[in-house]
Amino acid sequence: MPDFALNPESPERKRASSASSEREIVPPARAADAAQVEPEAAAEDPSERRGRRLWKKKDMPGGLWLKCESCGQMIYRKELEEKGRVCPACDFHFTLPGRERVRMVLDEASFQERFAELTALDRLHFNDSVPYADKIQRSVQKVGQNEALICGTGTVEGRPVVLAVLDFSFMGGSMGEVVGEKIALACDLARKEGRPLVVFTSSGGARMHEGMLSLMQMAKTSAALASLNEAGGLSICVLTNPTTGGVTASFASVCDITLAEPGALIGFAGPRVIASTIKQELPPGFQRAEFLLEKGQIDRIVRRRDLRATLAALIDFGVGSRGAARG
Amino acid sequence: MADTKKRSEGSSPGMAFERPIQELEDKLSELEAISLRTNMDLASEVEALRRRLSETIETTYAGLSAWQRVCVARHDKRPTALDFIEKMLDEFVELHGDKVFGDDKAIVTGLARCGERRFLLVAHRKGRTTKERMAYNFGCAHPEGYRKALRKMRLAEKLGLPIVCLVNTPGAYPGIGAEERGQAAAIAENILQMFSIRVPIVVVVIGEGGSGGALGIGVGDRVYMMEHAYYSVISPEGCAAILWKDGEKTPDAAEALKLTAPDLLDLGIVDGVVPEPAGGAHRAPLVAMAQVRRQVLEALDELESIPPNRLIEERRVKFRRIGEIPGRFPVVS
Repeated sequence: MPDFALNPESPERKRASSASSEREIVPPARAADAAQVEPEAAAEDPSERRGRRLWKKKDMPGGLWLKCESCGQMIYRKELEEKGRVCPACDFHFTLPGRERVRMVLDEASFQERFAELTALDRLHFNDSVPYADKIQRSVQKVGQNEALICGTGTVEGRPVVLAVLDFSFMGGSMGEVVGEKIALACDLARKEGRPLVVFTSSGGARMHEGMLSLMQMAKTSAALASLNEAGGLSICVLTNPTTGGVTASFASVCDITLAEPGALIGFAGPRVIASTIKQELPPGFQRAEFLLEKGQIDRIVRRRDLRATLAALIDFGVGSRGAARG
Repeated sequence: MADTKKRSEGSSPGMAFERPIQELEDKLSELEAISLRTNMDLASEVEALRRRLSETIETTYAGLSAWQRVCVARHDKRPTALDFIEKMLDEFVELHGDKVFGDDKAIVTGLARCGERRFLLVAHRKGRTTKERMAYNFGCAHPEGYRKALRKMRLAEKLGLPIVCLVNTPGAYPGIGAEERGQAAAIAENILQMFSIRVPIVVVVIGEGGSGGALGIGVGDRVYMMEHAYYSVISPEGCAAILWKDGEKTPDAAEALKLTAPDLLDLGIVDGVVPEPAGGAHRAPLVAMAQVRRQVLEALDELESIPPNRLIEERRVKFRRIGEIPGRFPVVS
């Protein structure tokens, strides 16, 4: 691939300079959005967005059948759910609701949720068409939990862990003050109790309704992770579909071990932002887990059915060295 | 060069609110020219006009909307990192490259001296002319830019030099190469590592604080903003497009995002606002840069005596509690 920073004749550069007629020279259109959100995934209530393929299933009559985001195959919903929401045709791993993830990963009845009471505040009195305060209320009612992050302690095949799961169904898994704080608290918990930290992400990025308070969560989570690292604690992050923006650009990318589920979309900027900036079609498989593996950006791809065994194996390597000893 | 451009041509987009100021400025220079040419004594007229001009500047800038501030922050004539290097520093030795992939010109790094004070400078580089802007990719860095910054910060740590970061970017570059080389991971690594660097870090947002691309060199013991800089989780344009689904609502989005320096000081996101000369930094760049220089040197003096362990601990606590309502969140005991 050409390096756009070094090649002054690159198409990316040329487009950037002609991106607006208003001004002779402008920065690439909406470059600043990149760390923030994948617009499709963003902080919108996903069920309101009809164009989004992942959620189209909800619009289908009866909802008995749905189309795979990856291969286009029509799948019988019940079959999909029985198979842990993995496409029987192409092995694409669908986004999993947070609670289902917790059930799938942890040993039965081992989960003890923490910090579930924390709720978002509309500190900026942010109001586009609907006040942010109302959006929070709606999400709380719809998803049945206070925020987009579920965290607590539990065991994976008998091994104690601190688990944090981002739930995409709550405002696109976006990170505001509460999500950031809960990740930081999970790091603290892991450090104090000498347990490995296991994080699952699915997120559109920072929650723009909280303005700079949300961007600062990237720093807050990293600060807590830095302290965990210093204490020798093991951290594992599993990137699931989709993980973009400020979540990818902070704690999700800098855990000790980075895993991903097959087919997961993972990136800094969302594909639409990139395509509209460079005015080019994106290569097939771009930003998918397999692409990231090939480019050396992640450690491993793990299929859902192998997840518990893989986590257990990794934990056995991590704990026993330093993680459990310190604390 | 940019300096030779007439102001009317060089005015940046969104700066229409400055028209009454510009008209007065034009009239003033006309009057002064006439006075020179004809030997007439127009001193009192010039004086009166000057007073009107400064009043107009003052009232206009006192009532700037958030969106107008964004436009000021993006102004063509606003001092960039290059101006700071030329005018604010007494010595600068640029150090290039991440020593892995390339030398990203959107971020400049080098050893700097201001009077007796030596430090590492890390700055987004936007450029002043069309050619420069293109060469520097409009200040939109690729992963190698962030990795270059981190590598030089490690050097500064080894040499015991403090670090000064000047933030001015619309955002990190969203492109194919950037993604392939791990844009998100590069930014994340910088943020994480900046919490362990054992020398003082002072950050000043001098123009655009574009989201993660800004934060990638934006973790510090002190974070300041110039008066008309902005710092935002997303560009107002992007926010309007996503939430309002209407690009025309960009000014509303700018307002809602609370991205101005005074707003962010109120929220406890930044430690201070560096005042700009009347009518913005683009009107008197040297004065503006002197203010930044003063603030940076003062902060470095304050931080100098703090032992490294405490410095890091306090930096982590600062960002752990940033913008927080005291007592809102629990503590793990």
